[in-house]
Amino acid sequence: MHNAFALRSNWSKRVSVVAIMAVLLGLFTGFCFTVICVIVRLLIVIRSGSKCKPGEKGPVCVLIVAGSGGHTTEILRLMESLSQSYSPRHYIIADTDKMSEDKIRTFENSKKDTGSKGQFTIQRIPRSREVRQSWSSSVISTLNALLYAVPLVFRLRPDMVLCNGPGTCVPLCAAGLLLGLLGLKRVLLVYVESICRVESLSLSGKILYHISDYFFVQWSTLKDKYPKSIYLGRIV
Amino acid sequence: MKRVFVTVGTTSFDDLIERVTSPEAVQELKARGYQHLVLQVGQGSILPDSDSCHELTLEAFRFKDSIAENIKCADLVISHAGAGSCLETLGAGKPLLVVVNDKLMDNHQLELARQLHQNSHLLYCTPSTLTETLKTMGLAVLSSFLPGQPKHFADFLDRALGVQ
Repeated sequence: MHNAFALRSNWSKRVSVVAIMAVLLGLFTGFCFTVICVIVRLLIVIRSGSKCKPGEKGPVCVLIVAGSGGHTTEILRLMESLSQSYSPRHYIIADTDKMSEDKIRTFENSKKDTGSKGQFTIQRIPRSREVRQSWSSSVISTLNALLYAVPLVFRLRPDMVLCNGPGTCVPLCAAGLLLGLLGLKRVLLVYVESICRVESLSLSGKILYHISDYFFVQWSTLKDKYPKSIYLGRIV
Repeated sequence: MKRVFVTVGTTSFDDLIERVTSPEAVQELKARGYQHLVLQVGQGSILPDSDSCHELTLEAFRFKDSIAENIKCADLVISHAGAGSCLETLGAGKPLLVVVNDKLMDNHQLELARQLHQNSHLLYCTPSTLTETLKTMGLAVLSSFLPGQPKHFADFLDRALGVQ
């Protein structure tokens, strides 16, 4: 009687172990499969950039990432050259940025004077990274910024994100990419590296080089190092 | 009245302020016909008094909303290697002498100043070689700086996005 009981409990132990292993294997396989699907989908989305022509259907809605100081000055120089077909314009600035809002309003008000119609908004998100912030805390603050960036981009549904290097642009571009990944909207990522970058890309540039649809550099040395970039000389 | 404008942007650059107000540097500036020296010292700890210099008329301040006016009135701009200061000065068509802060580590701003120097748009030195540079500099060799062309960007984007 004692033996039979021992045998049965042994057997049921083995069954439980096998069952648990089967479930874990199933989960693991499912996980690998999902990851592969996501990667394939990501590659498909990234490669579809050149076919995406939002200008053909009407005005192009732009999300503009304004970093602090020189970044904002440069991005406004670029915005100055764009026609009124680029509207509405949503400017995103970091919550700790005090100067950019004034510069943007002055710029947009001057556009109104020249009879250029089109609305604009200014929104704030947490800063991804302060200058010289450590790598580990930057990852956390960038993820925090992502939590704001995703709902913002999902709500605005821009045709294009325009940025030029501040850390703030990484979560916003990631959110734009996510929108495309989920099949909700193909958001074009346009990156213009700062004129200060002659020999090396900024950290944002290095991250976004591979996923941007149009990546501009302003010096030929960078074009040599990053062949997929677009070089039109100095554009700010 | 020939004016020199010295700017350090939002940084602190005591070495430059000290050197440019030293008797030797002031002598060189005077020898070249400069009579008025304006210093924008930013966050630096040295803010010279306006009567601390007898050879030139001196003016010093920390920050202004815009230094465009100071640049416009200057005959020579002496600046730190900040991109904003460099581009603003070159955009105004003023001769520019960039003083590199060799105490700053890993200063990527140097890349731009170095490139612009290679293209002969500005002169380049360190605080320790400032006086020597003021003595020997030839501003006439500087080639004019053409502004960037954002229109090329706009044209490209319009074509790529199918904008009518």
